[in-house]
Amino acid sequence: MYRYDEFDAALVTQRVAQFRDQVDRRMKGTLSEDEFRPLRLMNGLYLQLHAYMLRVAIPYGTLSSVQMRMLAHIARRYDHGYGHFTTRQNIQYNWPKLVEVPDLLDELATVEMHAIQTSGNCIRNVTSDPYAGAVADEVEDPRIWGEIIRQWSTFHPEFSFLPRKFKIAVTGSAEDRAAIRVHDIGLRIHRNEAGEVGFEVMVGGGQGRTPMIAKTIRAFLPKAHLLSYLEAILRVYNLMGRRDNKYKARIKILVHEMGAEAFADQVEAEWAEIKDGPVDLPASEVARIENYFAPPALDTASNGSADYALKLKSDAAFAAWVGSNVLGHVQPGYAIANISLKPVGGVPGDATAEQMDVVADLAARYSHDEIRVTYEQNLVLPHVRREDLYAVWQALGEAKLDTANIGLLGDMIVCPGLDYCSLANARSIPVSQQISERFSDPERQRKIGKLDIKISGCINACGHHHVGHIGILGVDKRGKEHYQITLGGKANQDAAVGAIVGPAFAETDIADAVETVVDTYLDLRADGEEFIETLGRVGIAPFKETLYATH
Amino acid sequence: MPLIKDGSFVTDPWIRLADEDALPEIGPIIVSLTRWVAARDALLARGWPLGICLASGESVEAITGDLDRFEVVALEFPTFMDGRSYSAARLLRERHGFSGELRAVGNVLRDQFLFLHRCGFDAFEVREGETVSGWLQAVAALTVWYQPTGDARVTVPQLRQLAPIAAE
Repeated sequence: MYRYDEFDAALVTQRVAQFRDQVDRRMKGTLSEDEFRPLRLMNGLYLQLHAYMLRVAIPYGTLSSVQMRMLAHIARRYDHGYGHFTTRQNIQYNWPKLVEVPDLLDELATVEMHAIQTSGNCIRNVTSDPYAGAVADEVEDPRIWGEIIRQWSTFHPEFSFLPRKFKIAVTGSAEDRAAIRVHDIGLRIHRNEAGEVGFEVMVGGGQGRTPMIAKTIRAFLPKAHLLSYLEAILRVYNLMGRRDNKYKARIKILVHEMGAEAFADQVEAEWAEIKDGPVDLPASEVARIENYFAPPALDTASNGSADYALKLKSDAAFAAWVGSNVLGHVQPGYAIANISLKPVGGVPGDATAEQMDVVADLAARYSHDEIRVTYEQNLVLPHVRREDLYAVWQALGEAKLDTANIGLLGDMIVCPGLDYCSLANARSIPVSQQISERFSDPERQRKIGKLDIKISGCINACGHHHVGHIGILGVDKRGKEHYQITLGGKANQDAAVGAIVGPAFAETDIADAVETVVDTYLDLRADGEEFIETLGRVGIAPFKETLYATH
Repeated sequence: MPLIKDGSFVTDPWIRLADEDALPEIGPIIVSLTRWVAARDALLARGWPLGICLASGESVEAITGDLDRFEVVALEFPTFMDGRSYSAARLLRERHGFSGELRAVGNVLRDQFLFLHRCGFDAFEVREGETVSGWLQAVAALTVWYQPTGDARVTVPQLRQLAPIAAE
């Protein structure tokens, strides 16, 4: 993991002091709320329905156990004993008091954490593959470049008042576990025909009210030039992006209106001016950062024990958890253990302080001190010896963290919705709870197989409904909450936006509707076919028919 | 509008001329791009120092051929949320070598001073009530910078080159 040096640490400390002064001026009234708003937003502080909400950055979703324990402490000391892991691999606290936020940030700074640029019209916290450094199909650990981007984008003086927020995601694998194609910039590390490592640069993806899949504007960018190329993209966007309409201000609209080719030409022309300038890092600095992400000292002699095989045979619940939540690791004998934050009837992404402490302890003892947060709002222990999985699973069970549903129906992405959010039109959490209770039988979920349900409480699409296999969008219909269903969205390397299947359903009918979609799939599926494959084969017509025949 | 330049209040010798104002006989003036394009010869013939003010979104390319004619380039912030002039400032300083006064005008607030300064602004038209100590505090609030701009600040990658710290 990356560790702060004196410079990184000094900056975070200075930032807290600066923010403390801003809060102070706000309390004294020398700063108006209109002037304070963008300042607090640039430090992740929102004013929500009931209280302030603070979003804490977890760069590229990587945490140490010490950091996780601090998040637990913050939950206890400044909040109501829990936190909410988000689709941006961050954590949000729903109940901090404004006057206490500077102290909270001081505490975060002691473990190399902050809330810098977790909101506002700036370059947001960079996201990445939660399995980085642990999977076999990886060309290079994307977190190296995630960290380089984090540093470059932190308080970038030119790009702190962009037309709109700006999100960058990086992956180092062919399989996209970071939804890079629905980001403002998606970067995929790959090897070209000459064997050199570089980036495929995709621009203009996004969700919200105008969902778009990013376009590739450069198939191969040599690694060393990443920052100058990003600076060129951001400069073109800063100067040319629309500022007349908030809903048309994202880079996806600029790329769409100009056309990807014309946009790429602008970027290339700008880049030609700066590519050999000072913004790209010297090789020694790249190497310095790279060193922090060297693989942990794994036990290469470990090949899983006979005991592990025995437990798999004798304990069906453990086997079920391994079946859905555990993945192969690049190092034989090791595994990637996913921790679901989606218990039946729970709030997706929420974790209590006690649960965070348990995860921290397990990471320290069994996972080389590393934890990851996924954009699906789950946690990951990335480096666990197979022979330790049983002990990990038991400990998770005691903390009610052993739900065996990763990738299954119950593993829903859900925005906070009208229970918390001032933008929402409808509640999301109760809908997800209804659905998870309807499908509470884990055996039934396993029979249904891989299925992404994603729920947003408004058109801003924080719950990723556009890219859910089944997407659910809360809408307000004459003062009543209704839910629109989309089918066929995908967030992976074959990213696609789902199609609206028909008129919205009342809250009381939405779980039935989901069940109808699932039953229709089960009726139609060929052997071994996943939901999304059946849908791809038969189209949405049969689903439309069954959904609206009964209503 | 009080003017802070290089860290202290200065008397502004420049007159910002509205497009409908008649050309004064004497004195340095700052004109809009529209006026510059329309009355270039007359403006140059006056023989007094000249400045130009670009509205946010007006391309710096429109004046780069004439940069040596201007002692001041003022860049406008219609609202502090409109960040186009940060890019314009860097282009003027770093690409086109403008070394005259680069002035931030419009909705220019304390919490933007630092980013403005980093992008090459050296003069700030500030609100009534702003203080020099407020300005000094704002531009020194952060001293650690990862990314190079045209200002003189030393960046973290440069510092790391001087004193490499081994990764654990």
